Amino acid sequence: MRRNPARLAGFLWVVLDIFLWGFITKFLNTLGVSGLDFIALFLGGIILWNFMIRVQQGIMTAFFEDVWSRNFLNIFASPIAIGEYLAGLVVAGVVMVLVSLILMLSIAVGFFGFSLFRIGMPLIPFFLVLFLFGMTLGIFVIALILRWGPSAEWIGWPLPFLLYPFSGVFYPVSVLPLPARLISRLLPTSYVFEGMREVLASGVFSFSALAPGLALACLFLGLAYIFFNRTYRMIVRTGMLARFGAEG
Amino acid sequence: MYVMNTQTVLEVRGLTKNYEDARAVEGVGFSVQAGEVVGLLGPNGAGKTTTISMILGVLEPTAGSVLIDGINVQSDRQEALGRTNFSAVYAQLPWNLTVYENLYIFCLLYGVQNARERVRELLREFELGKFADINCGRLSSGEQTRVHLAKAMSNKPRILLLDEPTASLDPSAARIIREKVRAWTATGAGGVLWTSHNMHEVETVCDRVLFLSRGKILLEGDPKTLPRTYGKENLEELFITIAREPLSLELE
Repeated sequence: MRRNPARLAGFLWVVLDIFLWGFITKFLNTLGVSGLDFIALFLGGIILWNFMIRVQQGIMTAFFEDVWSRNFLNIFASPIAIGEYLAGLVVAGVVMVLVSLILMLSIAVGFFGFSLFRIGMPLIPFFLVLFLFGMTLGIFVIALILRWGPSAEWIGWPLPFLLYPFSGVFYPVSVLPLPARLISRLLPTSYVFEGMREVLASGVFSFSALAPGLALACLFLGLAYIFFNRTYRMIVRTGMLARFGAEG
Repeated sequence: MYVMNTQTVLEVRGLTKNYEDARAVEGVGFSVQAGEVVGLLGPNGAGKTTTISMILGVLEPTAGSVLIDGINVQSDRQEALGRTNFSAVYAQLPWNLTVYENLYIFCLLYGVQNARERVRELLREFELGKFADINCGRLSSGEQTRVHLAKAMSNKPRILLLDEPTASLDPSAARIIREKVRAWTATGAGGVLWTSHNMHEVETVCDRVLFLSRGKILLEGDPKTLPRTYGKENLEELFITIAREPLSLELE
């Protein structure tokens, strides 16, 4: 954080988000109309959703640090392989995600008495799917920025929010109209949040219900990697990489 | 079969780069030997940076090839780039990392053995010891250029590409950089491809110069004798002629 105040802003946003949703759900619980535990449903949803966003933004931020510091050519003119570079961005992103996750879990337990670990072992596949999809979004956005230049940064930050309504973070996918439901079935995130609600409501976890989400996450990650590779080859051919490095 | 001279550290053959609407570089060919500083000169837009970008593997040539220490950049990118390095005004080091951290990271990227020991050597060699724990963004232009040069020497490259390394430096700092580069090439460890718009500097530091104009090599020779060959007083006059009326020299 000492090195990049932008990261600090990211953590502050996470803290604000958890407090905001924590108070909303606390209020809903006081109404006691449905017998539902809103704190578990909403805070569980927002923690998992933020986890995925932080994976994407962690990767993006690590990439932008090279762009902002105009270090881009130094990296791409070194013997590093493209796969190694992406792996480095993911590792840098993971550090940011872990700090965010610890913050979110601590606030949820400390202020609202909700432990995400109530979900138990299913948390592992949930986190796995969200991590893979967060990586996918991060790699996809980096490829777009390489293709369109640093000014395309604006695409990256709001992208996850386009998927927000279709992911069923706070409500079952079944409440969506049919066309939106079809889109949500294509998103790995919708399977995670459906699964989370099922575990919190009944304590039962069905891996077979999550499996399509995991398969989709793997498929999208593979497609994002192919897209990134093709974009990279294209910008090396057209000279955009050299210009991007100089103009970054 | 072509047999490369073992002392040839850079071999550029028939390098051409076409864009949709223009030809940036056409059939450029030259070599750099170990122990030699070669100046790549030319007016803005002549194709210098395009040529350097192709040598560094960040721009794909339309035709031609680049061999670094006999290794083809296009077919064996990692191996070839491991033997080169560069410094350019448009490629900065992360401002929020210290000098030590920057040098260490680039030693790792270039696969340098005993990276920490190598960083200590570089700090000594480039008199950067007192800046080791200072963020690069807080250094003066001259100090930053020394860090860039230290980074460029981190992997003991066979070919060092310096794109206007002394631009924005005061004469004293520029002289230090020139002396460092000359001292290194004198060891025969590698060669240097140097671009600059400062013709006095080029005469001082380069053994040979290549003049690029409109993407082609127009002239090549010793910077001290080349101007007289074309009836010019000095390299600067020759440069101006090439920039303004290259056709007159092509006809000669």
